[in-house]
Amino acid sequence: MKRDCPGKGREALFCRAVDLGYGTEYDAHREQVRSFLRAHWPPPEANGDAPGAEPVRRFRRAGTDAGYLYRNIPRRYGGSDQAPDILAAQIIREEFAAVRAPMELTGQGPQMLAPTLLECGSDWQKDLFVRQAIEGEHTWCQGYSEPGAGSDLASLRTTGELRDGEWVINGQKIWTSHWRTAQYMFALVRTEPEAPKHAGISYLLLEMDQPGVEVRPLKQITGESEFAEVFFDDARTPADWIVGERGEGWTVSRSLLRHERNMIGGADRSGALFRSLLRLARKARIDGRPAIEDRQVREALADIYGYVETQRCSSYVQLTRELQGRDPGTLPMLNKISDTNIVQQVSKLAHRLLGAESALAPRGQPTGRTSGSEKWTNQFMGSLGLAIAGGTSNIQRNIIAERGLGLPRDAAADRDSAP
Amino acid sequence: MNFDLSDEQRLLEDTLDKFLATECPMTRVRELFDGEADCDAAVWSGLGAIGVLGLHLPEDLGGAGLELLDLSVVAEALGRHATPGPFLEHVLAAMAIDRAGSSSQRERWLPGLATGELRASFAIAEQGDSGEHWRPEQWQLADAGTITGEKRFVPHARGADLLVVGLRGGGFGLVEAGAPGLAIERLAGLDRTRRLDCVTFEGTPCEPLPRGADVADQVLDAGLVLLAADAYGGAMACVDASVAYAKTREQFGVKIGSFQALKHQLADMAVEIHPTRGLVWYAAHAFDHLPEGARAAAANAKAHLTERFVDIARRAVEAHGGIGYTWECDVQFWLKRSLFDWAMLGDANLHRRRTADLLGW
Repeated sequence: MKRDCPGKGREALFCRAVDLGYGTEYDAHREQVRSFLRAHWPPPEANGDAPGAEPVRRFRRAGTDAGYLYRNIPRRYGGSDQAPDILAAQIIREEFAAVRAPMELTGQGPQMLAPTLLECGSDWQKDLFVRQAIEGEHTWCQGYSEPGAGSDLASLRTTGELRDGEWVINGQKIWTSHWRTAQYMFALVRTEPEAPKHAGISYLLLEMDQPGVEVRPLKQITGESEFAEVFFDDARTPADWIVGERGEGWTVSRSLLRHERNMIGGADRSGALFRSLLRLARKARIDGRPAIEDRQVREALADIYGYVETQRCSSYVQLTRELQGRDPGTLPMLNKISDTNIVQQVSKLAHRLLGAESALAPRGQPTGRTSGSEKWTNQFMGSLGLAIAGGTSNIQRNIIAERGLGLPRDAAADRDSAP
Repeated sequence: MNFDLSDEQRLLEDTLDKFLATECPMTRVRELFDGEADCDAAVWSGLGAIGVLGLHLPEDLGGAGLELLDLSVVAEALGRHATPGPFLEHVLAAMAIDRAGSSSQRERWLPGLATGELRASFAIAEQGDSGEHWRPEQWQLADAGTITGEKRFVPHARGADLLVVGLRGGGFGLVEAGAPGLAIERLAGLDRTRRLDCVTFEGTPCEPLPRGADVADQVLDAGLVLLAADAYGGAMACVDASVAYAKTREQFGVKIGSFQALKHQLADMAVEIHPTRGLVWYAAHAFDHLPEGARAAAANAKAHLTERFVDIARRAVEAHGGIGYTWECDVQFWLKRSLFDWAMLGDANLHRRRTADLLGW
C-alpha cells in the first residue's frame, strides 16, 4: 500500500502508517463501477418505479459480466471469476450501496451451498447446482440442527441408509429457514452409525417436494414463522447426491470459502442501527422535551456509540491485517458477540425511549392504527434471536476462551463417540 | 487502506517493552508503589534516552517531529507495565509550550523537556461546586502578572522544574519551580504509580503562553487520547494476567481455566477490550489528520476506554479469587491506575456528554 513517507532524517525512520483511503490505484476502479451503475441502475424501463424481478435479474447478469458480482465463482458456473481483491470488493459494495443497487442474491443457495460445492462437490454437482443457486433458479434450505443437536450439532441423529441406489432418510430437522420457497435441502445426516461422532456424518442433497418430507412451520416469539421443522419419513435422494465421501459431511459443512470476506458489514449494520436509534431519541419525549436533550439519554447514547465506533475501527484493523497477511489475533472471533452486544444495548435503550408503547404489539391493533415505532418492538425481539442464531453467544465465548485465549478445552466437548 | 502500526512503531513498542521489563519489572513497580520516591530516576532518564519524551516535539528543538499516534504507543506501553512516574503531564506541558509559546519560550524549555533533563507538570483542575473544573472555559485562576489560587489533581508537581497552568480565558501560563508563593502539597492518591499534588499560588509570577487560548482544547484532546491509550495497555494487562492465572491455578484437581464459568468471564473481558485498540489509534490519527472528527473521537476514546479499564480491572480482581483482593497481587496497580485514567481530565460521563455535543446530537 502506498504510504506517505517523507524521506529525510528521523521522519524517514518513523514514517506515518495510517491511511484510511484505498490508494489512488483504486480510483480508476471506483470510477468504472460508478460508470457501470450510471448506465445500468436503475434499469431504464423502471421509469421511477421499483424494478421488477426480470430487470433485476438482467442487472445482476450485467454486473457479473462486468466482474462486480460473484467474483469468486468460475465463469462456467455463472460467476465472474475475479482474482481475490478485498479492496476492490469493498469499493463495489460501497458504490452499489450508494445507489441502492442490488448485490448478489442472498440465501442458503448462493451463500452456503454454492461455495461448499465449489470446494468439495463433484463436477456434475457443480454443473447442475451452482449456476442455478446463484441465479435463484433453485432455492435451497439447510438441514443441520435437530431438536437434540443444537450447539452440539455433531450429535445429530437423523439417519441416511443406502438402499437400492438411494439414500433413505429418517429423522427430524429444526430451525430450517426459507422453508416456504425451498425446492432443495442440503442436510447433515448420520450414515455411518458405527463410526465416531463426527466421522459418521454425510452431507446429502435432497428434493423437498416428495412424500417422505413434511414441513411444519414454527411460530416464533414475534408471531412470525421464519423457521420450520422438517420431518423425514423414508425420504429419498439418489446415491450420488452426496457431497464429499461418506463420513466426510462434518468437514464438508465447515469448508466455506473465506474469499473476499466482508469485514466491514457488521460495523456498517451497527452504524445504521445506531443512526435509527438517534432518530428515535429525537422523536421520543421526556417531560415534554425531545428525549435526546435529556442528560442521561445523551450519556447512554454516547456509551453505545463507543461500542459502535470500536467495531468500525476494529474492522479497519482486520481489513488491514487481511490485506497484509498478518495475524488478526482474536479480533475476527469477537465480531459476532460484539455485534450482538450492540444490538442488545440498542434494544434496551429503545425500549426505555418508547415507554408504554413498547407494551403494544407491533401490528394488528384493533383500530389498525400504529405509532410508527412498532419496528422497535420487532428489534427488541429480534435482538434476542441474534444471540442464539448462527452459534449462540455462549458457544462464541467458548471459542474465544479456548482458541483465542488458549484456555484448556472442555473435555465433554472433545468426546468423540457416536451418540 | 492501512490501519495498523507501522514497522517503526512496532519497533518502538518492542524497544519500550524490553526496556520496561528490564528496568522496571513488576517487583520494581511494587517497590516504588510502596515507597516514597515519585519515580525511578533511571527509568525517567532511560525514557529520555530512547527519545520518547520528545516524540511529538519539533526536530530543531530536540524532538522527533512525530505524531500523537507515536506518543500513544508509549502511553500504552507505560499502561501495560504500570510504570510509576511522570509522563502524561510532562508531554502535555511540552505540547502546550510548543504550540502556544513564543519562540524564546520554546527555545528555552523544549530541548530540556524533550530529553527529560527538565521535567514539567500540567496544572489545570480547579475545585467547582459539583466536582472538578477541567475544561478551559471553566478555569478561573486569573493572571494579573502574578497568580493567586489553587490547582488540584496535578500529577507529579513535586520536583517538577516547570508548571504549565490553566488560566481564566482558557489560556496557559508558565510557573517555574521555586517561584515566590508557590506551595505544593501531596494528595493521598489511590494510584501510587502517578502521584497527585495540590498546588497553591500566592502572588506567584506567571508568564503567559501567547497562543494558549487557541490551543488549550487541542492539548486537552491529546491528553484524552493518551489516557485512552494508557487504559488500553492497562486493561490488556489485566486480561493477560487473569488468563495466565487461570492456566496455572488448580482447584478440584484441574486448572481453573477449564471451568466454563471462568472461561466465559475471561472471554467477555476479551470482547470488551481487544477490539478497542483501533478506537485509540483512530482518535490519535484524527488528532493529526482529520480535524473535523478529531475532538469527538478523542472524547469518545477517553470515555469508552477508561470506563472499560475500570470495569476490566474489577473483573480481573474477581478472576484472581482471594489473592486478587490482596496488596500482594499486581492487579491492584492497574485497578488503581484505572481510577486515575477515568478521573483525570474529566470523567467518562463528562466526555460522553461532550461526544454527544460535538456530534451535534
